[in-house]
Order: sequence, then C-alpha cells, then structure tokens
Amino acid sequence: MTDSAPQPTPKRIAALSDPIPTQPPRSQWLDVWDQFKQHRGALIGGITFLVIILAVLVGPAVWWVDAQYLPKGREFINLRDTRPIYVALWDNAAKVDWAHPLGTDNLGRDTLARMMSGGRVSIAVGLTAMLLSILLGTLIGVVAGYFRRMDGVLMRLTDLFLALPLLPLILVASLLFRETLSAIFGVEGGVFVLVVSLIGITSWMHTARIVRGDVLALKEREFILAAQSIGTKPKYLVIRHLLPNVMSPIMVSATLGIAVAIITESALSFLGFGFPPDFPTWGRLLNDSVDRMDLYPERVLWPGLAISLTVLSVNYLGDGLRDALDPRIRGR
Amino acid sequence: MLTFTIRRLVLSVPTLLFISLVIFLLLELAPGDPMAQVPLTVPPDVKEKMRQALGLGEPIHIRYVKWLIQFFWIEPQVLFDHIFGTSFADGKLRVISWQTRSPVMDLVVQRLPQTLWVVGVAYVLAVIIAIPVGIYSAYKQYSIFDQFGTFITMIGFSVPPFFTGPLMVVIFAVNLHWFPSIYDTTLVVDDLESLGKQIRQMFLPVMVLALQITAQISRFMRASMLDNFNQDYVRTARAKGMSEYTVVMVHVLRNSLIPVVTVIALGIPSIFGGAIITEQVFAVNGIGQALISAIQANDLPMVQTLTFIFAVLIVVFNLIADVLYGVLDPRVRYD
Amino acid sequence: MKIKTLLLGAVACAALAPAAFAERGKDGNVSIIYWQAPSILNPFLSGGTKDIEASSLVLEPLARYDDKGEMVPFLAEEVPTIANGGVSEDLTTITWKIKPGLLWSDGTPVTSADVKFTAEYCMHPEGGCAQLSFFDGVQTIDTPDDLTVKVTFNQPKPNPYGPFVGGQSPIIQKAQFENCLGSKAPECTQQNFNPVGTGPFKVVEFKPNDVITLEANTNYRDPDKPAFATVTFKGGGDATGAARAVFETGEFDYAWNLQLAPDVIAKMEAGGKGKAITGFGPLVERIEVNLTDPSPSLDADTRSTRKAPHPFLSDIRVRQALSMAIDRELLVEVGYGQAGKPTCDLVPVPDNYAAKNDFCFKQDIEGANKLLDEAGWVKGADGVRAKDGVRLSILYQTSTNAVRQDFQALIKDWWTEIGVETELRNVSASVFFGGDPGSPDTFQKFYADVEMYANTFNGTDPQQYLAAYRCGQEPKPESQWQGENINRFCDPAYDALIDELARTGDIAKRGEIAIKMNNMLTKDSHTIIGLVHRGRVSGQSNTLGGHVLNVWDSELWDAANWFRKQGS
Repeated sequence: MTDSAPQPTPKRIAALSDPIPTQPPRSQWLDVWDQFKQHRGALIGGITFLVIILAVLVGPAVWWVDAQYLPKGREFINLRDTRPIYVALWDNAAKVDWAHPLGTDNLGRDTLARMMSGGRVSIAVGLTAMLLSILLGTLIGVVAGYFRRMDGVLMRLTDLFLALPLLPLILVASLLFRETLSAIFGVEGGVFVLVVSLIGITSWMHTARIVRGDVLALKEREFILAAQSIGTKPKYLVIRHLLPNVMSPIMVSATLGIAVAIITESALSFLGFGFPPDFPTWGRLLNDSVDRMDLYPERVLWPGLAISLTVLSVNYLGDGLRDALDPRIRGR
Repeated sequence: MLTFTIRRLVLSVPTLLFISLVIFLLLELAPGDPMAQVPLTVPPDVKEKMRQALGLGEPIHIRYVKWLIQFFWIEPQVLFDHIFGTSFADGKLRVISWQTRSPVMDLVVQRLPQTLWVVGVAYVLAVIIAIPVGIYSAYKQYSIFDQFGTFITMIGFSVPPFFTGPLMVVIFAVNLHWFPSIYDTTLVVDDLESLGKQIRQMFLPVMVLALQITAQISRFMRASMLDNFNQDYVRTARAKGMSEYTVVMVHVLRNSLIPVVTVIALGIPSIFGGAIITEQVFAVNGIGQALISAIQANDLPMVQTLTFIFAVLIVVFNLIADVLYGVLDPRVRYD
Repeated sequence: MKIKTLLLGAVACAALAPAAFAERGKDGNVSIIYWQAPSILNPFLSGGTKDIEASSLVLEPLARYDDKGEMVPFLAEEVPTIANGGVSEDLTTITWKIKPGLLWSDGTPVTSADVKFTAEYCMHPEGGCAQLSFFDGVQTIDTPDDLTVKVTFNQPKPNPYGPFVGGQSPIIQKAQFENCLGSKAPECTQQNFNPVGTGPFKVVEFKPNDVITLEANTNYRDPDKPAFATVTFKGGGDATGAARAVFETGEFDYAWNLQLAPDVIAKMEAGGKGKAITGFGPLVERIEVNLTDPSPSLDADTRSTRKAPHPFLSDIRVRQALSMAIDRELLVEVGYGQAGKPTCDLVPVPDNYAAKNDFCFKQDIEGANKLLDEAGWVKGADGVRAKDGVRLSILYQTSTNAVRQDFQALIKDWWTEIGVETELRNVSASVFFGGDPGSPDTFQKFYADVEMYANTFNGTDPQQYLAAYRCGQEPKPESQWQGENINRFCDPAYDALIDELARTGDIAKRGEIAIKMNNMLTKDSHTIIGLVHRGRVSGQSNTLGGHVLNVWDSELWDAANWFRKQGS
C-alpha cells in the first residue's frame, strides 16, 4: 500500500488527440442550407417558385376582378377580345384597356384574373398528384428492388398498370367514385380528390421501374453489403443508404411529373371528368386558346409560360436540393 | 441468365392472360356504347337491333372466351396462312372491329407503317440526340451548354403537343409553306423524290414528338451521369491516368445507363402505341389514332386487341430491360 | 310536280354549264378532307354521317334532296307523286321507274332486282341495319319488270319517300351483296369496303378510318362526267387542321363540317386559298328542360322518371324566365356567326312546317325577374331565389365542345342575374350521346336539370321527329333508358296531334299540325328552349367549281359536277 510515484503525464501525440472544434457544432441541415444557398440556379428557381405561389395565392386578393365575371349587354362587345396593354406599343389600333392588363378572352373574362385563379388549381393539382405518384413509385420501386420476394408481384402489377388504357380507366373511376366523393368533399373538393388520385395512380409506374432498376444495382454495392453486415435493419438501410442514392432520378421524375400532371388535368377536364367547364386552369386556358393562337398569341403565351416557369423553377430547386443533400458535393 | 429469361417468359403467359382479363372487364365496366356516333335521328329500337347484331346480347364470359379463341388461336392461323399460303383459318371468325366490320389485325398491319415512320423515327432520333446531350450536360455541369439545354428541354417537356403541333403547323406549313400540314398515308416510297416527300411530311410530327422524348431521356441521362461523376471510382480512374474519354464514355456512362435503359424500354412499346395527340394534329392516322377513335366509338374488340398487343410489348421490353441490367452491371443478380 | 322536277333538274344542269364542255377525268385529282374518318362504305351497317357521305360518292339512291330540300330523281326517271300516278290515291303504294340503260361500275345493268334486294338486305332481322327506319311500314316490294319497283306499305303513308331516297338508303348491287344477308353482313369486308355503285366514282383502295382513293367510274351515266379522274378522300385530324388545309395551305379542296368559332374561320379564310360555305338544315341547338326530378337522393327507379315531378322546373313560369333571360343574338355572334340564326322553335325549316316564332328574340332579364317574383320565388341573401325551401339551383350539362362551353358560361351568367344558381358540367360526347344504361352521364338518363345539345331530322318531313315527344316514350329504367322523349313531356292533347299528323296527307294541313305541335313544346310550355338554328359550315377551295352545299342530303351529292376552275 505504498504510494506509488506520480505517473509522468504521457506526451500528447498530436495525431491521436482530437482537434478542438473552433466553431460551435452545426446541424447537418445548416450545412445543407449553406450548400443550397451557394447554388445560384436553385436560389433563382426557389424565388421564382415562391413568386408564382404568391401570385396565385395572394394575387386574387389584390387583383379583385372575378375570373368568371362576364361583361353585360353592350359592354360585352366592347370588352371581349381585348389585347394586352403591351400590344399598344407597336399597334396603335389595338383594342387595349388598362383595366385588363393581359387582355380578355372571347367572352370578355379578364385573362390576368383567370391566370391567377387557374394557377391555384394547376399548381395544387400538379404538386399533389406529383407527390402521390412519386411516393407510390418510390415505395413500390424500392420494395420491389430490395426485397426479392416482392419483385415479381410488384413488377407484374406495374406491367398491368402500364398496359391499362387510360381513358376507360378514368371513365370507370369517375363512374364509381364521383358522386361519393362530391358528397364527402363538395363538388370542387370531390373533383380535386378524384383528379389528383387519378393522375397519381396512373403515373407512378415509370418512377417505380426506374427506382427499382437503380436499387437492383445499388444493393450489390459494397457500402450496402457493409451496412447489412453490421446488422442494419432493412428499414434504416432503405432510408439511410438506398434512398439518398436514388434521389436524382426521383427528382427528375418529380419535375417531369408536375408538367405531366398539369397537362393531364386539362385533358381530364376537357373530356368532362375534371373541373366544371367555367373553372379556369392553366392547361385548359392553353387548350382553349390553341385555335386562336395566330390572332391572340398572348392567350397561349401566358399559360404556356406559366406552366414552363413552374416546371423550370421546380427543376432548379430540385437540382439544388440534390446537390445540397449529397455529402460528397457538400464536403467540397 | 438464360434460365432467368426463360422462366420469366413462361411466367409472362399467365401474367398476360390476367392483364387481358382485367382490360376486358375494365372495358365492360366503362360506360359507353358503340352507338354513340350514330346520329340521334336513328330511332332507339333500330339502335338496339344494331347492338344485337354486334353480339352485345351475349353474356360477358362468353364474349371474353370468344375473344381469347379468336386472338390466340385463329389470328395466328391467319398469319400462318399468309406466310405459307395454307388455308387453316378459312371461314373462321377473326377479331372483328365494330366500327369497320373488318378484322382488327388487318387494320393494325395497315396502320403500322406510318406509326413506325413517324413515332419510331422520332424515338430513334430523340435517343440519338438525348444521350450525348445528357452526357455533355453532366460533364460540363452548369456550363452555358448545360443551362441552355436544361432550359430548352424543360420548356419542351412542359408545353404539350396539342400546342406545339398546331404551332409548328402555323409557322412551317401556313406561313413558310415548307412542309405539308396533313400526312399522306397513300404515299409510296420507291424513289428519291418520294423519299423526299416522305421526309418532308414526317418532319413536323417527328419534331414535335422528338422534342418531348429528348427532354425526358436527356434529363435522366444527365442526372444519372452526375451521380456517378462524384463516385470514388471516377477519381481512381483519373488517378490511374486514364484519358477523360475513357473515364466518361466507358466507366461513368456504363454505370449511368440503368435508369436510361429503363426509360427507353418503357418508351419503345409506346412507339407501337403511337402518339395520340400528335397523330391527330397531323392526321397521321397511325395506331394511336386507331386506338383513340376506337375508344370514342366504343369499339371494344379493337380497343381490347390494341391494348393487349401493347401489354405484350410492355411485358417483353421490361423483360429486356431486366436482362440488360445484368449486362450493364454484372453485380445485379437473378436467382 | 313532274314539270317542276324536270325544271329543277334542268336548272341543276344549267348551273354546271362551264363544266359541260368538259370531258371525263380531265381535271386530275380532287382532295377532300373529313376530320371524322369514314370506317366503312356501306351506309346500312353504319349510321355515321361520315360513312354515309363517303359512300355517296359511289352509291346512289333513286332520288335525292337538293340544296333547297326538293326531291330530284337520280336513278329514277322521275319522282313518283299522286299527280303523276306514281303514288296511289290511298297512299299505300309508290311505284318507281328506273332510268333505262344504267350500268353498275362493273358494267352490268342496274335492274329492279337490285332495288328489291337492297330492301331485303336492310330489312333482314339479323342484319342490324342502321337505316331500318327508312323502311318502316314496308310490306312488300314487287318488280313487275326490270325497271319498275312497286313498294306497298301496310298502312297509308303520307310521306312514302322513305325507302331508296336520300343518302341514307342508296341502292346496292344484288350480285355483290347476295351472300351478305343478315348475320353474314359484317363478314363481307371486301364488299363493305369496295361497294360496286352507280355513282361518279369507284373505290380503288379503302383504308378504314384513314383514306379512300377513288377513280372516275367509266360506266357513269353522263359520259362527260366526272371532271376529276381521281379523288383522295382523307379522314382524321381535327376540324381546325382540316380548315387550315383548305383555307391556309391549300392542300385540300374541300373540308366538311367545320365546327369552329366564327372568328377562327374568318381568320383562316384570310389565308386566301378558300372560302367557307354555309347551308341551313333543320338542326337546332336547344336547351332541354327536365320535367322530372334528377336529385341524387332519389332511388334509381324514381330518379329522373315521371314518378317524381321536378321540384321547380315543373313550374312553367320558371321555365319561361329561364328562356327570357337568354340573349340568343349574342349566342349566335359568339358561337356561330354566319352559320347560325336565333330561334325559339324546334322545327325551324322547311317553310311549310316552320312556326317562325320570334317571342324569344329579345332578352328580357327584368321581365324574367318580375315573372319569378310574381310566381313567389323570392331572392335570398345569397342572391338565389327560393320558395318553400326549394332553391332555384340548376345543374346544366352538355357535351364537350368549345362553343357549347362558351354558351354554358354565358347562360350561367344570365341566369345568375335572375337569381338562378347554375352548376355546369361537360361530358365527353362519346359518353353523353352513347346510350349505355350503366352510365349516369348520358343525355337520355338526364341526371341534370337542363341539358343542351342539337338535334335534327332526316329529309324534309318532321313527323318522326315530333312524334318523339309522345307520353310514355321517355327513357326510363324499364326501357333500359332508351327513348326519345328526353324531357319526359306528357300531354294527351299532344299525343292526339301525333296520331292526326300520321293520318293526314294534305301538305298544308300537315304543316298546320306540325306548327301547333312545335308551339306546344316551345312557346306554350317552354319545355324545349330553342337557342340557335345551326347551319352547316364547310370549306371549299377557290379553285373548286360546280359545288352547291346541300344540308338535306349528302354534302357530296353533286360530286359528279365538280370541276377545277380554269386559270388556277
């Protein structure tokens, strides 16, 4: 029980000691945000997207012309087919009116008001239908790709859905569910749910096949084998290791999906399975104006531009998000 | 892999039978009436007699079995007869369209050339353009070429063909008179002059279609290439002193092709399915137009047959894609 | 009548004077585009207008209607009447004489046996003939000699010009179709695609739903006609594309039925290659009012049947107010331009049968409001009128069509002004006009309060058209929702008039009865709210001559007379 001599403090080996953090710890998401901020395209895309959303949400409160208002009596003839004001720049004889900066349609309805209220529906349908289709597609793709037992069944299901003719499917769905849905969600709500689910369940197959293809290759890679060998549960394996690596095709599918959903919605309304005919949406505005595009190019230009801008901004947003979420890029 | 392919081929028979049943039931359930295009001036009792003459009075299961026999037993015989000059199918009832009262398969054969010319060429062209564009965009990410390509492809994808089609017609057919606006299916290509005519009349529809397909494929190509450029093996390859060409075109490309192969395999059946809107705008009258007019006229035997052929192609090409995965990445295993 | 007919024939020929020096086939090719593609060239197997018109280049009836709705002989020597002894005094028989020396395009002579066979073909119980109604009441057909056909009806027929008259019931060749009777009819693909006819052209190649190539019939009865050696008959695309191809690019010479807004057509005509031509038949765009209750809360056996009268549309004042609120002239201007006229009637032409009402031409929102006030429908806080808890809320459906959707928006707006709430719905035409009893969206089922569409009648006699509104003929569950009395209109006085019309032979008296019936449905009850008397618009190249637009028969009725204008 002798007191032992005080041990000499071992010399610190630089390589073995932890460096003392010079900055307070940062969450992963702050890093993501930093990286995202540096992505110019993503910032511009994000801002554009916010502006479009604001315009269609707040716009109608500021620009309070009713999208369905029709001029009465003599006014009707005066106000129909008004050109946008900028046309006056090169055409003095053009019929323009400051009360209708983007002009009116052949029934005298204000184009700006219709663009804004149309955008609400189109963006809402586009985003929700796309989310639904991506969720379904990713889920089915990952499950089929990772769990071999499910592969056969799920991919044959995908083949079946790919083969089903869209139009009869829509007819049957609207026959079976329209009245029930209207009873639950009201007329417009019911149509919204019907349209979104129809687009969602008829467009997930591409995503599913693409995700499955990638997963089939990924799951044989070393890092997945490593994760498996240390006993990672399949759920975490999928979420932490597989999903981040199939993000980019999913992002592409998502951006393309919005465009498809907005256009499909107009096709559905045109066939009579979508919103009531006096309910403007971008796709419908575009469709209705095609016959008159050489007389009134603005009527195709604005809705076409709106759809393209939305898709473009979501595309850049997606690009930035993917870069920001990729640790290999973020580290540089 | 051979056993895998054979097993899948055998398995696809019950799958296809099931798909055909689902399609049949779906079409039965869908509201619609083959008399929809008969004018209102034809009285209801006459319409009822016409429906009976189409065989609509028979129960569903009988009609389904009849279709199965006609499609899987009689039609192959007709084909056999056609090739070898035999007469097995003489006098047997083939799948008859309700609109034209003629065999559906004859119509398919008649429609295939223009669909292949227009949609097929558009697809091939799109793939030829899209893959290099996708590769280069990814290689020079955020360069002017990439930004411009992104812009064009995204706009190309978001404006639908019901708009780009008439736009092309107004610009190139009405104002410039460069190309015809209506496709002539009676044109026979047998010399240089008629080939020139054919190219001229294909030009606009092919452009409209190729724009959409290019946009889609090049986006997937670019995204997939980008994913791989950041992988460690690319750094290793470069470190070993491989040329950029070998790195990009051999290593990265091969590993990036899986999603693109999937997309192309999904797209090829749609060549045969035609492109409904584009065919309509330019009056190409290929298989897409046949399908949509059959749906509108509720010509069930025609819709059923066309959709089923389409289903067969989907199953086959998805199988081909699955086999290709293994070729592109030997680690993908099938057991 | 005979002289008149002859004169008309002479006038028709005079119109073609410039082509008269012409020889057959000198003008090369003429190209026609129909945006609905023909599927078959046998009009008996398809009721579709596109198929009937396409086949009229090849097949001809004994007599046709001309552009004024008068009958002109084609294969017959003259149109039989009571005056010339062709129609018996008791209206039970009609005797046709075929022109001597007529040949089929294969060179064999046309005989009465062919005519008789045509009737047998269509009247075969298993054939599913689309034109069966033209042979209504035919008892026997006799052929006393090679050129005489005597049709006997089982009861007096005030209008005996059903069989073998007009584009819908042309004569087919017995030798060709002999083995295609009844259930064999659909199997005769070769015959149905390449019928042998007497018309100016014969089929070279028929691609169903796509294109027909025809060439001049060398056995055509007039040796100088047709002026064109070949015809390309293209189908498919859409109305806009067809109009462009004629007006703007000049690729085609003739485009059928261009259902486009007037400003669109006017713009395209500015292309300078062609012009739009218009003709008025009896086609009326109308709003049909549902007299029964379409509420979804009712069970399937009661909904939209006469067991449940409509909660507010059974009030005539509501119907009248709905009609008064509509500005028909504006509708015409927006939707049809030159190709439409305001109308209040169901039967707008021909003169003998037209009531020519004008009570509805002036829009009267104030009057409509007053009428509803008087009727006890009071505006609520939301601006919608109600009485005893029943709100004037209307579901207004129609088929998908750009002009119809514009009409819906305008009419909804006017109805809002008189305190009527309107929900709009559009249904795809193939569902709306299809009679599938399983679908809730067909026009027959009428699960809506009002619906809008257009209807017309064949030929010049509205008897069958007006008889549709007989009580009991409405679509109902027991009849699998088949029936023509769409409004569920029921009036014993009207039914009595239907029977009277069927018995009356005197043309002036028939007109009187028909006008009375028309008024019972429109002016007196506002069950049918007439909107627009619609014309047919077709496009014709500036270089095409010899054509007169005919809405009473096939548009291609005079293809034999077409020629290419000189200097072009």
